Amino acid sequence: MTDAPSSTNPGSDGLRSDRVRFTRGRRLIIDDVDCTVPAGNVGALLGPNGAGKSTLLHLIAGVERADAGTARFDGRDLAALRRRERARVVALAEQDVQDAPGLRVAEVVALGRTPYLGAFAGPGELDRAVVRRCLEDANLVDLADREYASLSGGERQRVNIARALAQEPELLLLDEPTNHLDVRAQLTMLRLLRELAHGGLTVLAALHDLSLAAGYADHVIVLADGRIAAAGEPREVLTPELIREVWGVEATVLEHPVSGRPLIAYSEVAGVQLADRARGDRVDSAPGDRA
Amino acid sequence: MTLPPRLDAGERVTSRRPGDESGPVGRNGPRSTTDAGGGGGGGGVRTAAWAVGLGVLLVASVVLAVTIGPAGLHPADVWASVLAHLGIGEPTLSPLRDGIVWELRMPRVLTAAAVGAGLALCGAVMQALTRNPLADPYLLGLSSGASVGAVIVIVLGVGLLLPFAAFAGALVALAATLALANAAGALTPTRTVLAGLAVSSVLGAVTSLVIFWSATGDSYREILNWLLGSLAGTDWTSVAIAGGAVIVIGVPLLASARTLDAFAFGDTAAAALGVHVGRSRALLLTGTALLTGALVAVSGSIGFVGLILPHAVRLLVGSRHRSLLPLSALAGALFLIWADTAARTMFDPRELPVGILTALIGGPVFAVIMLRNRRLA
Repeated sequence: MTDAPSSTNPGSDGLRSDRVRFTRGRRLIIDDVDCTVPAGNVGALLGPNGAGKSTLLHLIAGVERADAGTARFDGRDLAALRRRERARVVALAEQDVQDAPGLRVAEVVALGRTPYLGAFAGPGELDRAVVRRCLEDANLVDLADREYASLSGGERQRVNIARALAQEPELLLLDEPTNHLDVRAQLTMLRLLRELAHGGLTVLAALHDLSLAAGYADHVIVLADGRIAAAGEPREVLTPELIREVWGVEATVLEHPVSGRPLIAYSEVAGVQLADRARGDRVDSAPGDRA
Repeated sequence: MTLPPRLDAGERVTSRRPGDESGPVGRNGPRSTTDAGGGGGGGGVRTAAWAVGLGVLLVASVVLAVTIGPAGLHPADVWASVLAHLGIGEPTLSPLRDGIVWELRMPRVLTAAAVGAGLALCGAVMQALTRNPLADPYLLGLSSGASVGAVIVIVLGVGLLLPFAAFAGALVALAATLALANAAGALTPTRTVLAGLAVSSVLGAVTSLVIFWSATGDSYREILNWLLGSLAGTDWTSVAIAGGAVIVIGVPLLASARTLDAFAFGDTAAAALGVHVGRSRALLLTGTALLTGALVAVSGSIGFVGLILPHAVRLLVGSRHRSLLPLSALAGALFLIWADTAARTMFDPRELPVGILTALIGGPVFAVIMLRNRRLA
C-alpha cells in the first residue's frame, strides 16, 4: 500500500523531503520523514491529531529548523536559502486565523509582499498589481476595505491564502485550510487550490476530511506519530486497512457516484485500537509494516 | 515565478456562498479597493499630509510653549532669541528674558518633545512585538528598571553614569519581564502585562528601599521628581541625551516598519514571511530599552504617553508601521510639550510633575482600550 517516496528521481521538480527529523524537548515529533509532492500537484497531508502535520509544514516552510534531513523544492535545499529568498519560494497559510487589530483586508494581503520590499521603499506598481490579483483570485475584492477583525472564519481563511499567494510562491503550504468552513466554502477552497495547481503552483495542504482529500488531491501523504504511514494516489493509499491502522476507525471505501473518486464512509471506532489508546499505548496505533 | 491563475468572473460569482455574511455580493460592489490594493497609494498620501500637518504644528507648539509662563514673552521674542543664538540675527532681548527663552524654557520644551516622541515610538514598537495593545515602556517594567538604575546612581552621587545606569536598569527589567512571561507559556498579552506588573512592583520596592535607606534632603526631592516623572530642571544636556537617543535609535526603528508589520499575525507568520523572528525581536526590544533608558535618565518615568499616542494615531491612519511610527513620534512630541506646559503653569507658582498629569489622562484612556479589547484575556 505504500509507494516508496524515496525511490522518486531526486532531480525531479516539486517538493521532496529527505529523512527529516525534528525533536521538541525530548519528544521525537518528526521521525525520518521522506515525502514528495510533484510540481503542479495538490498534495494532501493526512493523519490523526498530533501526528505532526503542522510541524512538518513548519519545517518545510523554514519556520522551524529540522534536526536532520533536508526539504528540497526543485532541487534547492530550502533550509539553505536566505530567509527572504525562501519566503519567495514557499508560503505558509496557518491554521489559526488570529486577530490583527486595525488591519484591513488589502493591507493583510499586502503583507505577503514583505519578502520583496526593502526597509524604506514603499510598495511599487508591481506589488500593488500582485496584491490586486491575489484579492481577485481569492474572491476578496468586495472585502478589500473591510477590517480583517470583522470577517467570518471562512473569509479570514481566504484572506490568509491571498496573503500567502501575494508572496508569489512556487510551493504553497496550508494548515487545515478548510477548518471552520461550511460545506460550500470547503469545496470552494479546495477548488481554488486545484485551480492554483493547474496554473503551476505546487500545493501541500494538511486536511482532516479524508473524502475531501480523496476528491481533490492528486497525491496524499499519511502521517502517523511523526512517520510516513503511506503515500501515493488517494485510491491506492486510502484503504480500509490503512484507515483502521492509522485512525483506529472502521471504514468502507466507496466510489463517489459523480466524480468516481474514493468516498470514505465511517462505520465504527475500532474497539481494540480504542482500548490501546486508552492505555496510552500510542506506538501500536501506527502500522508496523513500514519499519 | 509561478503566478496563480485567475478565475473568470462568472465563476467567481457562482463560487460565492449565497448566505455569505459579508457585505455586497457580486462584481458590481464598491471598487474603492483598487487604491488600497498595494497598501500604498492613497494611504501614503494621507500619511504624508498628516506628517506635514503635525510637523508644522510641532514647530508652532515649540515656539508657543516657550512663550507661556510668567515672563510675558511673545513668539517674535522666541524667534529673535533663537536666531541670535544661531548667529543669524542681532540679540534684541534683554539678557534676563533671553536667558528665560534660551536657557530655561527652550531646552525644557525640546526635551519634552524628544521624550514624548521617544516614548510614543517605544510604545508603538512594543505593542507590535508583543502583539499587545496595552504594552508600553511603563507597563512592561522598563521605566521602573530605569528608575532603579537612576536612583542608585543619584544616591551614590555619580550623576555622570545616570543614562547608562538607567539603560542597564531598563534592559534588566525587560529581560526579567519577557523571561517571566515566557516561562509561564507563550508570550500572550495577558501574561506579558502580568509579568510586567510583577517586575514593576519588585523594582518599585527596590527603589523605595534605596530611598528609605540612604536618601537625604536634596537627593530625596530629586528622587521623588524622578519617580513621578518631571521635566523640571532640564537643560541642553537633557536635550542632547533625549534628542540624540531619539534620532540614533529612532531611525533604525523606523526602518523596521516592515518587520513590525509582519508580526501582526504572530511569530510563525512573520517567520514564513522571511523575518528572522528571534533576532528581530531581540534587537528591536533592546532598542526600545536603550531609548527608554535615555528618556528616563532625563525625565524620570512618565507613564502612558507610550500607550496612548500610538492608539490615537492608529485611529487616524491605521496600523501599518510605516505610517504609525513617524506619526506616533510627532504626536507624542506634541502631546508631551503641551502636557508639560500645563503641568508647569496650571498651579503657578507651584509646578506639577508632568507624570501625574499624563497618568491622570492615561488611566481612563487605558481603561477604554482595555474595554475595547475584551478578547485580550
